[in-house]
Parts: sequence; structure tokens; C-alpha cells
Amino acid sequence: MSVRTLRIDGRDVASADDATVLEAARDAGVVIPTLCHLEGLSPVAACRLCLVEIEGSAKLQPACITPVSEGMVVHTATPRLQEIRRTVIELLFTEGNHVCAVCVANGHCELQDRAVEVGMDHARLPYRFPDRPVDLSHPRFGLDHNRCILCSRCVRVCDEVEGAHVWDVAWRGEHCRIIAGLDQPWGAVDACTDCGKCVMVCPTGALFHKGDSEGEKHEDPSRLAALLRARHARQEAP
Amino acid sequence: MTRTILIDPVTRIEGHAKISIHLDASGAVISAHFHVGEFRGFEAFCVGRPFSEMASITARICGICPVSHLLAAAKTGDQLLVVTIPPAAERLRRLMNLAQIIQSHALSFFHLSSPDFLLGWDSDPAQRNVFGLIAADPELARGGIRLRQFGQAVIERLGGRKIHPAWAVPGGVRSPLQPADRDWIRSRLSEAVATTRGALDLFKRLLDGPLVTEAAVFGDFPSLFMGLVGPDGRWEHYGGRLRLIDSTGALVTAELPTDGLSAVQLGGLLAEAVDPSTYLKFPYYKPLGPEAGSYRVGPLARLNVCERIGHEQADRELLELRQRGGRVVTSSFLYHLARLIEILAALEAIEALLDDPALCDTHVRAHAGVNAREAVGVSEAPRGTLFHHYRVDSDGLIEAVNLIIATGQNNRAMNRTITQIARQYIQAGPAVAGVPEIAEGLLNRVEAGIRCFDPCLSCSTHAAGQMPLHVQLIGPEGELLRERWRE
Ligand code: SF4
Ligand code: SF4
Ligand code: FES
Repeated sequence: MSVRTLRIDGRDVASADDATVLEAARDAGVVIPTLCHLEGLSPVAACRLCLVEIEGSAKLQPACITPVSEGMVVHTATPRLQEIRRTVIELLFTEGNHVCAVCVANGHCELQDRAVEVGMDHARLPYRFPDRPVDLSHPRFGLDHNRCILCSRCVRVCDEVEGAHVWDVAWRGEHCRIIAGLDQPWGAVDACTDCGKCVMVCPTGALFHKGDSEGEKHEDPSRLAALLRARHARQEAP
Repeated sequence: MTRTILIDPVTRIEGHAKISIHLDASGAVISAHFHVGEFRGFEAFCVGRPFSEMASITARICGICPVSHLLAAAKTGDQLLVVTIPPAAERLRRLMNLAQIIQSHALSFFHLSSPDFLLGWDSDPAQRNVFGLIAADPELARGGIRLRQFGQAVIERLGGRKIHPAWAVPGGVRSPLQPADRDWIRSRLSEAVATTRGALDLFKRLLDGPLVTEAAVFGDFPSLFMGLVGPDGRWEHYGGRLRLIDSTGALVTAELPTDGLSAVQLGGLLAEAVDPSTYLKFPYYKPLGPEAGSYRVGPLARLNVCERIGHEQADRELLELRQRGGRVVTSSFLYHLARLIEILAALEAIEALLDDPALCDTHVRAHAGVNAREAVGVSEAPRGTLFHHYRVDSDGLIEAVNLIIATGQNNRAMNRTITQIARQYIQAGPAVAGVPEIAEGLLNRVEAGIRCFDPCLSCSTHAAGQMPLHVQLIGPEGELLRERWRE
């Protein structure tokens, strides 16, 4: 492994050659907001919140999947990026039905946290109020499509970590949604082991423990990384 | 030929209501109606949602009494789970409801209504509010404010938040009471009792003197009364049995236990009339029809239906109330007195609960899946009996919701009250060219007539304590004769 040197927001940064811009920035203490990214899962760059400017590139690049390169000059917080981030969050809020006041994740929601961080005090875009169902067919968990931001963390954790591959992303555009099995009620999918990892990593109140009331979902998605490190350490042990 | 006077509170953001007074050609009042133009459509909003969310949805939609909806929703949830909640959970829910009764009644009496009694009906409207009260009787005003704060603080210590504590849940409550919080509540009780005693003595003196007319004119009529009663017919606010009496005190129908009250039983008891001029539904006792079957709920109804309160000081006051107004008190003006007596009862009930060793038990929640598809939950909100009725699918998603709220149940009584007031104060007032003047004193009294029932409309708790009003006087051909605004 060799080292790459680059500049992030005027700071000289050295990082491993296989690092992403996001990892290099975090190591250097530069905060880039993310939503779909979660340490321990493969990156997909679905949410576009982590977009950064890279000198010499006309296109904005998602920091979570862009590899570092030698001499790269990165800007993470220009006014243009801040405006885009706020718009991304507004799009997520107006696209679904995020009624924080009655949500199980109220006060413990990454979407809510990001909205505060990007300074979204109101939505400048019209709300769509889509008509979306809630799936309570699983004996222990529920899925509220109204609160799903299609980050696909659940899809990845169930496939990559639990190995059950219950979830997929189906359909396109405004019809795009998470499906269980072959678009079955979650409770009808035998592959599910009831492990709850998807609930743990979901950044919003879309996946939740059945019976939870407002603000009662206190999951910590970063536990996944700790869990994987522990598992890894055990496998490495003689 | 009839003429109509409209009293139309200016819409702020949340609510809208108006009063129309119908006159015949001779200028005599035929009837008066309180219309609620507020529409929130929350019954439709709930369909498809998990029933476990109903507590926070209803608490937020009806922001004036969130605790009452929280408790009714949780109780309905208990019935869907078919669980008996842990004993500590029931005690804690009771404690929260008592605190809610205290804070809501204190707001109604001290902040909203007492300026009328103490500063005079025809006093300067700019002064006739809680600020004027502070200037005129600082001790009473401060006591009232602290009493309300006490109720709010108890709610906060239980639910963790003053507004909308989503703390009562199907199966129990979310967190137990800390002994330190119990001790804090105990330390504040004697001051609260003293404030309430002082207000009671003052108000009773006023009733014997300057308020004699109001007590007679503000909605004194026979009607049915409904409320919960506990063991031996004791005063109740959370569970027990549903009792309906007439104004002689006789049971109108057999009492219904609230635990496991079925939708069929509720449907046999109550029907709801719909009036196109208002979004409020008018529930009535079904077998007697909308007129004879109309009933009152709330503090006065609860005191009328019970045999006794079961707490020493409040029972003495109940006895006095009955000496004043009869075994069944029919004057709506005495809702105010009933409110003060209930504050005293709630304080004594809290004291008794605090001595209960089971109160701080940490087992406070029962867990279960959906075991029933339909359920009714009943409890007493400060303003009156509150019913939540849900039907769910086998997963627990809401299929249908019906809420029967106090203001709807009291609507007919409010109309009768303002009709009586209008008769007394319009005809007695001055007229110009045959059209009655809309005098400030009339507005105040009509407003006060509605306030006897402490209706849960946002305009009824308008900041300074005064409803914004729009008054229209309309002639026989529908022409506008006179108009008056009061912001
Ligand atoms: S509970 Fe576990 S197995 Fe079931 S869908 Fe979620 S992650 Fe997959
Ligand atoms: S359910 Fe949650 S984790 Fe899955 S895609 Fe939606 S928001 Fe992401
Ligand atoms: S975090 Fe990079 S695109 Fe979502």
C-alpha cells in the first residue's frame, strides 16, 4: 500500500491509495455529510449528499465512492455544494411523507439530523404526498414506505452481512421502492432470519420494531462497524 | 320570517367558529347556534397507519388536550392487545390524567374565565384578561398561574416533555416514575390545595352576590348527564363504568363497564347526528333521539353522576354544590364551580396515589401482538368523556377510526346556553331602527356562555383570554343589517 497526498479544503492530507475521498476527509477531520454510506457496507452512492468539487473535473463527484489520487484538490463546503446538499435533503423530505412529529425515529433520525445540519428550515419545493403503504406483516418489525429514502442500507446489510438477501430495490422513478422477497409481504418471506440488522442500519423510521411509539426507535447504525470488526477479529484469531 | 345575527370569530391559523342567533320578525330570539368550521379530517388521515401511532397522531391533531387523547388511544390499544396493563402503569396514567385535569381547569378558570367574574362583564375588554387580573388581584392570578404550572410540571416529569408526551402506550407507559419526582410532586401539593381553596371561597362568595343572575341565565335547563363512575359510584376520571342519568338523578340505562366496552355496546348507546353547518358531530343517547337524548359531559356532569368523590375536602364541596344547585345541578354556569371542586379532588387523589407503594414500580409495560380487531377506549378528558374507537386489520393497521369528543357531546347544550343568554341580553339591550344593537356586554356574555363548557377550540384559548369575534346582524331577507368585529 502506498500513500497519496491531496488537498482537502486547503489542508494537505495523506491517505492510503485505496481510500475514498470520504475516508481521506474523515481521517483529516473534515466532515462531509452522508446518508446512504455506512461503514461496513459496500458503497452505492445513492443519495448524492456527499458530492464534492474536484479541481479539473467539471462534474461533482460523490466522495463516498471516489478514490483518492495523487495531487487531487478537493472542496467539500463551497456555497454551491451547500445549496445542493440542502436541495437533496428537501427532495427527500418532499418526495415521501416524513411526519417527524409522529415518527418512531423522531429525535434519532439521520435524515432529521442532516436537515438540521444543512440548515433546512422549510421546504422550498412542493410536497408530493404520495400514497404509500405500511407493511406490518412481519411478527417483530414493520416497514413504512412513507419514510423510506431508498438508501438501500437494508438491502446491503441483509445481503452482505446477514446473507439472507431479503430486500431488493424494485421499479423505477417515483415508483421505486424496497421490496421483500419477490415483492411479498415481509412476513411471508422465509429467507428472513428475524435478525433485525436492517432495522438497526435504517437511517430513518422506515424500518422499526413493531409497537414502537413516537421517538422510541433508538438504533445506532454505527454498531454495524463494531460488530464486523469483532467478527473479523475472531476469524483472524488462531 | 327570521333574522340572523352572526357572531363569527376571526380565523387565526388553527381554528374557526361562529355563533348565529336567529330572530323572528318581532326581534325575539328563536335559537342560537355555535358552529365549528374547523376541519381536520384526521379520521381519514389515520387509515393505513399502525395503531401504535394513534396516541401521537391524535395528541398532535387535537393540540388543546393532548394528554387526554394519549390516554384514550393507549387504552384503546390495550384492548386491541387484549392485555391487562401492569398496576404501576395504571396508577401512572391516572396520575397524568389528574395533572391534566388540574392544568386544564386552572387555565379555564384563572386565565380565561375569572377576569369576567372579577373585573366585571362590561369592563374594558383590553383589561379583561389575565393581565388585568394580575393587576387587580395579583395573589389570585399568581396562584392560578402556579397551579397550572404544577399540573404541567407533573405531566413533564412523567412524560419527559410538556407538550405531547408520547408516554402512555398500548400495554402501559414508557417509563416509570422516579422516587425523586414523586417526592417533588408531594412537596408542591399543599400550596396547590391552598390556592384552590382560596379560589373556591372567592367564587362561592361571588355566586351568592354579583353572579346570581349569571347562574340562573347561563344555560340552566334539564338534560341528561354522562360520565364515568368508580366503585360504589365514586367520582372517576380514568376507568370504571359509564353512567348516564337524567336531571332527577335516575339512571337512564344500565351502567356499562369501560373495560372491554364493545363497539356494539357503544353503537347501542350513542348515535351521532351531523349538521351541515358545523363540523362537530352531535352525539346523543340513541334510544331517546337527538333532542331528548342530548346530554352534557365534563366537570359538572362528572360531579352529577357520582355518589361521592371519595376524598374528604372535595366531598365537603360536593355537598355544598348540591345544597346550592340540587342533587343534579342543571345550571351550566356552575361548570366553573365544578372545575374548582375537581381541581381539589384531583389534588387529593394525587396525594393518595403518592402514598401507594406500587406507584414507583418499574414494571410498567405489557407487550403483545394484535389480539382483537376492534376496540373502544374511554377516559375522562378535562372537558368530558372521550371515546376512541378503532378497527384494525390483522397486522394492526388502522381501517377505521371514530373519536367522540367532549365539545361535540356538549354542542347542543352550548346552543341552548347561548340561546338563553341571547334572549336575556339582546332583547334587554338598545335597538336602533328596530335592529338590536350588538353591545359589547352581549358579546362578552355569549362568549362566556360558551366558555362554561371550556370547548376545545383553539380560539377558545386565544392568547389574551378573549375570543376574536365577528358579529353580523342579518335581516329577514338575508340582508346585512349590522356588523361588528372584535379582534
Ligand atoms: S431482519 Fe435480518 S434477515 Fe430479516 S430482512 Fe432484516 S436484515 Fe434481512
Ligand atoms: S427501508 Fe430504511 S434502510 Fe432500507 S432503503 Fe429505506 S431508508 Fe434505507
Ligand atoms: S453518502 Fe455518498 S452518495 Fe450517499
